[in-house]
Amino acid sequence: MAQLLKMKSKGLKEFRQQYLLRNSQAEEKRWQEHQAATCIQSWFRACKVHAYIRHLHKKAIIIQKIWRGFTARARFRQMVKEAYFIMKMNFYEEMAVRIQRRWRGFYVRKYVHNFYARKNYLAEVSWKNKVIRSGLDELEELQKRERDCLDVIKEQTNKVYQAHRLHHLLSTKQRPGIFNSPFRPGPHETELLLRQVKYHRPTRLTPSGKTCLLGIPDSTAPSLASPGRNILGTCSSRPILPPIASKKQMLLGVQKQPGEVWEQCVRCPDLMRLQSSYAHLEEAKHQLQQYKSMNIDNGMLFEQYTDAHMQN
Amino acid sequence: MSQRQIIQVFQEYQKSRLHFVQTVADLASRPQNIEILHNAGAMAMLRALLLDVVPSIQQAAAVALGRLANYSAEMAEAVVKEDILPLLVHSLGLQNRLYKKAAAFVLRAVAKHSTGLSSAVVSCGGLDAMVICLEEFDPLVKEAAATTLGFIARHSATLTQSVVDAGAIPLLVMCLREPEMALKRTAAATISDICKHTPELTQMVVECGTITHLVQMINSPDTKLKRQVFSALSQISKHTVTMAEMVIEAEVLPAAVACLKHPDDHVRMNVASLMKEIVKHTPELSQVIVNSGGLAAVIDYLAECRGDLRLPGILMLGYVAAHSEKLAMAVVLSKGLPQLTLCLSQEHDHHIKASTAWAISQIGGHTTQHANAVAKAGLLPKLLQLYMNTGSSEDLQIKAKTALNSILQRCTDLPSLQPLLFDAPSNILKHVVCQFSKVLPHDSLARRIFVTSGGLAKVQEIKAKSDSALQKYIRVINDCFPEEVVRYYSPGYSEILLEKVEDYEPEISKLK
Repeated sequence: MAQLLKMKSKGLKEFRQQYLLRNSQAEEKRWQEHQAATCIQSWFRACKVHAYIRHLHKKAIIIQKIWRGFTARARFRQMVKEAYFIMKMNFYEEMAVRIQRRWRGFYVRKYVHNFYARKNYLAEVSWKNKVIRSGLDELEELQKRERDCLDVIKEQTNKVYQAHRLHHLLSTKQRPGIFNSPFRPGPHETELLLRQVKYHRPTRLTPSGKTCLLGIPDSTAPSLASPGRNILGTCSSRPILPPIASKKQMLLGVQKQPGEVWEQCVRCPDLMRLQSSYAHLEEAKHQLQQYKSMNIDNGMLFEQYTDAHMQN
Repeated sequence: MSQRQIIQVFQEYQKSRLHFVQTVADLASRPQNIEILHNAGAMAMLRALLLDVVPSIQQAAAVALGRLANYSAEMAEAVVKEDILPLLVHSLGLQNRLYKKAAAFVLRAVAKHSTGLSSAVVSCGGLDAMVICLEEFDPLVKEAAATTLGFIARHSATLTQSVVDAGAIPLLVMCLREPEMALKRTAAATISDICKHTPELTQMVVECGTITHLVQMINSPDTKLKRQVFSALSQISKHTVTMAEMVIEAEVLPAAVACLKHPDDHVRMNVASLMKEIVKHTPELSQVIVNSGGLAAVIDYLAECRGDLRLPGILMLGYVAAHSEKLAMAVVLSKGLPQLTLCLSQEHDHHIKASTAWAISQIGGHTTQHANAVAKAGLLPKLLQLYMNTGSSEDLQIKAKTALNSILQRCTDLPSLQPLLFDAPSNILKHVVCQFSKVLPHDSLARRIFVTSGGLAKVQEIKAKSDSALQKYIRVINDCFPEEVVRYYSPGYSEILLEKVEDYEPEISKLK
């Protein structure tokens, strides 16, 4: 009550002043207090949120920690597996390298650079070379011999041709020829050739044709075996026909001495009878035999026919 | 005038023409008359007579022209300038065989001189004319035509291409089968000339089955035919591996090896070139030839011939040895090295010596064994001499140097290396000393021999720049020997000792 009375006494003025003052002070301070309140509230809210976030962070950290441990362990397990695998592979590779090394060495030594095969090959090459060399030497000798043969034959034919051309220089009984001088111990070889050569009338053919000289007996050719003759035959490219036989030989077929035919004609007149009867040949034979038995000491003819008889 | 008299006038004219042409032909067969005939204008007259009505005059005129053209290139040029070739060619298909022979003779005489003349022959249609001649029956005509084609083909590849385009090859192959020797010879020579240019032409020749025919003709006794056959086969086989294989499959080798003993030089040379061309391609082909004893035959062939004939044999040995070390060893075992030594000493031509040096480098360049074999055959001093000789051609020097380099890097035969120490120039000396430095550290007997034979003294005398490879090798060698020995053999050591004797003062007190 006292205060109420005080207030009534002093006046409303003071009250109003105080009221105004306090209101204005309150008004002034309202904004500050408001700010302060906001500040405090925001700070408190911040604390709350901060605490919440801290809480969240802590929990998140725990989760992340556990997760990271999990994945790291998984990775580590994987790494261990890989390292183990790599170690195994290295080991295998090393072993494989050892095997391959041995195999390659073996293979190369056996098949590619085979020492013994090379040695054998070189020995075989040497042997083959020897064989070929001896073969070639033989071949060369053979060819040389052939050529020598040919040369000898050519020389000989030349000599015979010369002898043919010089047939007139043959020595006679009266007069020794040029090649048969009395001062020599024996006749010259040309002289011997001249004696052996038969005179043919010269034909138009050149002497390189061997046909003209076929009348030479075998003794003039030196001891040439048949290969010489064969080479002779094969050398000429064109085949040379044998000479046409002379008329005498054609008619009679058998070489006869000049006087034989005349003798026959004289001595066996019956044989020249005309061929009138069909049995004339047998009759002629009969007569010949009778005639022969009569003349026992006749020449060759009789002997020939008796020999034929003996054989029959 | 009566009909008979008029005809007689013509007959007389014909007789005189014939007489003129025949006389000119006879005169042209002697070389001294040809200039005179040309100056007298024979060319123009003969050209006119080529178009004569009477065939025998045409033939005689053609023969005379052929003989004129045969004499020299200028005459042939004159023939071409007078436009005679088209005249010959255009009526060839209708004429008889004597005219064809004479015309072929003229074309051959013109074509043989030079490339320009041959292309002139080709451009005026000479090839078709020759092909027509080849289809004739008469062997002499065919021979003349084949010779002409051979001369044309000899000059260049384009001309040969045109010959082949004219379809000459099947006809030539048929000519090969004819019985006449001369025709076979000319056909083989023409085929050889065609094949020598390019692989495509050879392919076309081979497709006609030429190889079998050529191989069948190897056994004939005629020498010149054998020459041409082998030359044709070698030209065929030189281009590709397939063709060389085809030639080998046709079983050429036994006959070829036997023909290496033929008395005629050119046959042997052509066989050797055939083997060389085959061997060039692959190691397998070389092995086929080595297995059939070809090496022995070729080495004996080298022993018997002289001069340029040796070249294919030497090249063959070089190619065989180049393929592999087994084949090189086979060459060495077949006594190839003594023969090559003889070749080096007997031949004077530089290109032959160069090819011998090349062959030796191929043989010795494979392994130590080969290089030692080469060194033992005494080839190193010879090669060194060839290299040092200022009279040798550049090619020879280069080849000798390569040979020395390749052999010296592998040679361990010290006795034969020692002479090289004394004579060689520095670039060769380097290799020699290198070899010594490789071998001496391991072999004590070799060291002893090295010292006693004066090698160590020589090595000490070599002045080499320090830090060069030569100095390194010298140091290695010096390290193989004890120091006193090295000092003993160093140059001027006797001087040093004598100086020591002069400087030495004996202590007189001790002597008393």
